[in-house]
Amino acid sequence: MTKYTKRNGLSRRTMLKTGVAAAAGTLAAPMVWAQSNIVLRQAGTGVSAFNEIAAKAKEDLGITMEMTALDSDSVTQRVATQPDSFDIADIEYWICKKVWPTGNLQAMDTSKIANYDKIAGTFRSGKLTPTSEIAQGTAPHTVGFTTGVNGTEFVQEESGYMTLIPTIYNADTLGIRPDLIGRPISNWSELLNPEFKGKASILDISSIGIMDMAMVCESMGEITYADKGNMTKEEIDKTMAIFTEAKQNGQFRAFWKSFDESINLMASGEVVIQSMWSPAITAVRSQGIPCVYQPLEEGYRSWGGGMGLAASLEGAKLDAAYEYINWYLSGWVGGFLMRQGYYSAVPETSKLFMSDDEWGFWYEGKESVGDIVSPSGQKLEGPGVIRDGGSFLDRMGAVACWNSVMDENQYMVRKWNEFIAA
Amino acid sequence: MKTSTWCVSGTSLSPLDLAFGARRSARPRHSPCGDPDNMQKILKNNAVTGWMMVSPLAAVLFLFLVLPIVMIVVVSFWRATEFSIIPAFEFDNYEFLFGSSVTYTVFINTFKYAIITWIFTFLIGFTVAYYLAFHIRSLTWQIALFLLCTIPFWTSNIIRMISWIPFLGRNGIANSTLISWGVIDEPLEWLLFSDFSVVLAFVHIYTLFMVVPIFNTMMRIDKSLIEAARDAGASGAQILWNVILPLTKPGIMIGTIFVVTLVMGDFFTVRIMSGSQSANVGRLISNDISLLQYPSASATAIVLLVTVLITIGILLRFVDIRKEL
Repeated sequence: MTKYTKRNGLSRRTMLKTGVAAAAGTLAAPMVWAQSNIVLRQAGTGVSAFNEIAAKAKEDLGITMEMTALDSDSVTQRVATQPDSFDIADIEYWICKKVWPTGNLQAMDTSKIANYDKIAGTFRSGKLTPTSEIAQGTAPHTVGFTTGVNGTEFVQEESGYMTLIPTIYNADTLGIRPDLIGRPISNWSELLNPEFKGKASILDISSIGIMDMAMVCESMGEITYADKGNMTKEEIDKTMAIFTEAKQNGQFRAFWKSFDESINLMASGEVVIQSMWSPAITAVRSQGIPCVYQPLEEGYRSWGGGMGLAASLEGAKLDAAYEYINWYLSGWVGGFLMRQGYYSAVPETSKLFMSDDEWGFWYEGKESVGDIVSPSGQKLEGPGVIRDGGSFLDRMGAVACWNSVMDENQYMVRKWNEFIAA
Repeated sequence: MKTSTWCVSGTSLSPLDLAFGARRSARPRHSPCGDPDNMQKILKNNAVTGWMMVSPLAAVLFLFLVLPIVMIVVVSFWRATEFSIIPAFEFDNYEFLFGSSVTYTVFINTFKYAIITWIFTFLIGFTVAYYLAFHIRSLTWQIALFLLCTIPFWTSNIIRMISWIPFLGRNGIANSTLISWGVIDEPLEWLLFSDFSVVLAFVHIYTLFMVVPIFNTMMRIDKSLIEAARDAGASGAQILWNVILPLTKPGIMIGTIFVVTLVMGDFFTVRIMSGSQSANVGRLISNDISLLQYPSASATAIVLLVTVLITIGILLRFVDIRKEL
């Protein structure tokens, strides 16, 4: 239940808690390869910090994983300021753009990654299929490669040194409560529709929130951005003005920062339309409450996650970290995370660990044949259901922008602070 | 090192003298400087023992209070980029802080929360303490009821706060009860994620900080004073106003300092109970920290610290609590 224990502002407590939970989880697992006593500390966003993964790593590799789940901002802070507090950083690509210049991470030699060739095109050439357009924002491949182990510059081609090894990614959109809205929703602009006054929410993580805002403003026809992923000061001002006005008119019920908050807001009916992440939808549905991850005409806001190695890793621990990452890409974890609604960066291997029905439902957008269950065994869907948004290609092919860090990031952050305080 | 100080003037004050009033040190004292080899004499000297007795505390305070604050002051003049902080000496952080209208709104908001919370915690705290101190006759019951007040402290602040959320929510217990009673037709939106819920949580969490010191001073009021007042013909209200209230002032002041500083320094309650929609200074700081803007956070923290110190300074003009401790 790691993902439910994080709350912003409590990182130390949370860290202890998750640490203890992770330790308890690993103790219970059979010590099959007990010869090694290597401990790797993984700090990351809660989206993939599951104790099941730590337990399975212990079982398969004999490596003890200590998982710490934090919100995106806290994990950025941790990687940038406490380089000795983690061995593996499980972060998103936009975070990588922020923290890579600190030199706290080391690049990974792709020749040591067994499944490198099977990693999805999005993370290598940037193209989902050879013909697809690259969306706006910080697309993973733009910050995915560097010049060497100690490289500080990002390079655009596959250089053989990756900053992060991609693990999961997804296309995000708005989550809605169809039972409380009662009509079709098909545009981002609905977030600011006065019809949902006091029942809307947006996430309070500036780098992601600003992109949701941009999708909304563009959909309203108020602003046309040259590049949503790299706004000018004027564009930031206009965007914030629209949302500040909406906030002061009482459009929003609350803002959320950690994704368990978004689950609670949606499940309790406080909010009927909001920015949301896929596993939060899964969590709401597994409580028996209808919740749809609504595909919208303007497309999706996408993100990619990957693992980076701490610069201080060396010797046996570095080898163990490579072993862990190779294991991570070898399929079991991918299958596990695909059942959360994410896409594995190495789909081929994950497929081996999923049933045909699961693969059909989650990846191919086919109608389910039997029950679809979550990784923890709760029933999510019965037979005859199609995933919101359809297949992998339908969803990832409709990405309008990636989570970003802009040139004017510092300005944006200050404006964001003002928006929250307004 | 300090030797020189108290050798120059045999009557200089030691910290201990300060703590226990200066009267003792006013006595003429034998200076130890005449025979420096005589350890016994030095040890017997008030000033030496005084310095020695306070030095552990002073060292702890210096290391864990003064140094960190000095560090924060220093950092507040630094510069920050997205991922690093750069030593510098510039006023940009303060300029931005004082130049932004948001700062003023947020400080006003912080004071608003502090004042409203103070009013409620004082009224409730005083009433509870008064009841415990003057209406409960047996000491056993007083202790028992007092302990009862502390029971909420057995769970964490955060749990107590978060448990309000399902209670006050749109479909929460409060709204559904009121609707089923026919008091309201539509759920009350302002119950949760509003200033109301923020203040409610503050009052809930901090009232005990008011009860304890007030109860403590009330228990030390000589009961014969009240009897004397009654004998002299004072009514209950007059006794309360003219006898109990003045004598309870130090307790009220201590409670006030607790509540005001806690509320002004809080960031978590405001974030959770307002659904991130309202801001106080603490949230401004925590936002800055989470976005790696440490210098800007430090500058805000220094301004907040000064504001709180001024507030407490003003409060202490009203009551001399040292006299009562």
